[in-house]
Amino acid sequence: MAGLELLSDQGYRLDGRKATELRKVQARMGVFAQADGSAYLEQGNTKALAVVYGPHEMRGSRSRTRHDRAVINCQYSMATFSTAERKRRPHGDRKSTEMSLHLKQTFEAAVMTQLYPRSQIDIYVKILQSDGGNYSVCVNAATLAVIDAGIPMRDYVCACTVGFVDETPLADLCYAEESGGVSSLALALLPRGGQIALLQMDARLHQDHLETLIEAAMTACKGVSKVLDEVVRQHLQEVSLLSGE
Amino acid sequence: MGGWGMGRGGRPTENTCRMKDTPLSNCERDFLLKAIEEKKRLDGRQTYDYRKMKITFGTDYGCCFVDLGKTRVMAQVSCELVAPKESRPNEGIMFFNIELSPMASPAFEQGRQSELSVKLNRQLERCLRNSKCIDTESLCVVSGETVWQIRVDIHMLNHDGNLMDAASIAAITALCHFRRPDVGIQGDEVTVYSPEERDPIPLSIYHMPISVSFSFFQQGTYLLVDPCEREERVMDGLLMIAMNKHREICSIQSSGGIMLLKEQVMRCSKIASVKVSEITELISKALENDKKARKAGERCGFAESMPQERITALKMDETPVEMTDVTDRANDIVQNTEAPPQTVPSPVVPVPGVGQIGQGLQNAWGLEEDDEEEEDVSSHEEEEEQVTKMEEEQHEKESREGYFIYFNWVHF
Repeated sequence: MAGLELLSDQGYRLDGRKATELRKVQARMGVFAQADGSAYLEQGNTKALAVVYGPHEMRGSRSRTRHDRAVINCQYSMATFSTAERKRRPHGDRKSTEMSLHLKQTFEAAVMTQLYPRSQIDIYVKILQSDGGNYSVCVNAATLAVIDAGIPMRDYVCACTVGFVDETPLADLCYAEESGGVSSLALALLPRGGQIALLQMDARLHQDHLETLIEAAMTACKGVSKVLDEVVRQHLQEVSLLSGE
Repeated sequence: MGGWGMGRGGRPTENTCRMKDTPLSNCERDFLLKAIEEKKRLDGRQTYDYRKMKITFGTDYGCCFVDLGKTRVMAQVSCELVAPKESRPNEGIMFFNIELSPMASPAFEQGRQSELSVKLNRQLERCLRNSKCIDTESLCVVSGETVWQIRVDIHMLNHDGNLMDAASIAAITALCHFRRPDVGIQGDEVTVYSPEERDPIPLSIYHMPISVSFSFFQQGTYLLVDPCEREERVMDGLLMIAMNKHREICSIQSSGGIMLLKEQVMRCSKIASVKVSEITELISKALENDKKARKAGERCGFAESMPQERITALKMDETPVEMTDVTDRANDIVQNTEAPPQTVPSPVVPVPGVGQIGQGLQNAWGLEEDDEEEEDVSSHEEEEEQVTKMEEEQHEKESREGYFIYFNWVHF
């Protein structure tokens, strides 16, 4: 990886994008008939599938029932064929559990759980192809799935991973950029109010650059929200056409 | 509170005795939140104050105890020679493990990987490993064959809030304190020298990442640094910022279902930089003191770090008491004291709904009593009338004692 230049002199990245450009987002809602809500989202080469069941009665431990709101149960998993090397991932390993916890935290902030006391909403996300920005793509896919399931949310939850190279923030990192030792920040945002649902950063970054990086992440998330909004409206149009309204 | 856990298949298994933490009562929660709104904390700290921190070391190199208020954490670093990972043949391996044992809190279960344990483990890993605080290339012995694996085990000894900060301080201090054995390479042979043959070498540490935790209350309106256990229970969410003293942020992680604003994050990072420089100084001082103590040959270790002066028994000499004419004196005192004054009942004017508590006293609650005092002929007649009536009646009576009693007759 030593010879790869993450940001060339002309301002182009490894895959030819500019610094603030997002990868191409393609999404489909209502992929599965069985689930209450489902969505498939591709962001560049990262592909994720999200499925939502609920709100339904509490299954499993009844003791976790909340009397005033719904419990959100998330599960994150990666397919064995998702990375360059085929890797069998056991379900309970630390990274998946951590990711599931982060997803749960993100959606607990966004979904209006007070409307469904004593019930449970299940969100299952699976990464089919991993090329960087796993968490962000999961969040975006899950947002679409939750909207497809008809569960009310405060706002779209959009996430993006940004990195910092040569004093420039790079939006929407791919795998090569992420593993190149770049300081990466993953942000989940509710665009309308500018509220941050989750903020996660690894690797060293000087404090003075933090503000620029968060700003860049918020702009990128707002870009993603526009795309998601388009997708939802298109889907609604298609569905209403089919049902003959 | 112990209980029998149910194993798979519904049969009770003997070893799954679970102790559940007592739930927080509503009044305690309200009290804590109200106090936080008035900028007051349980132990009298200011919003941005840390609790008293104490760092002590064990007898071996690499063993460190951190006291953050009452939260007590122990870290132990050990090393061994292993084969390196295939993807990184000339780098050493760092392994972190945080143990939440029931010793720290009744809420922790032995053995099971709870959510908190996963969260703490991952946060510590990201804080220390991804920030590359240790030079892993210097841990390589023979490239591709043998490298040092440094293992940091952290045990929680007492949970009084803010385990993450205490764990990160303990981990980095233990790593700074640790000395690994010296190795010699002759051709293909690797000899590990014992501490007596050659002095052990410290690890090469680039920087010291320290984590600072901020807890948010009332949907992000109020912020507290270093929450204690009670405050942690009522908080909405937590923001952990790990920084080093060069003002480089090593890791940020927000948890809990709170929504933050960019300004809050920036403010927290500024507070964190101040706190981190203070804590780093404290760690350096503690390491210095320990180095001096070891050089001077003083005893050091866990036993030394426990407080010495403790009262364990109390013995007093017997004081002499005059007992010769006790009975006579007692009789004198009893006879010569005055009789207690007669208590005059003060006039009580009860209003509707007021009563005196005590057996046989008057009240206006309308409850039928067995020993009803006043029985006028008129009231008796009215009682008969009231049996048929289903409405309340105000009834005024003059009692023998000369005060007015208002009765609310309510029929059941």
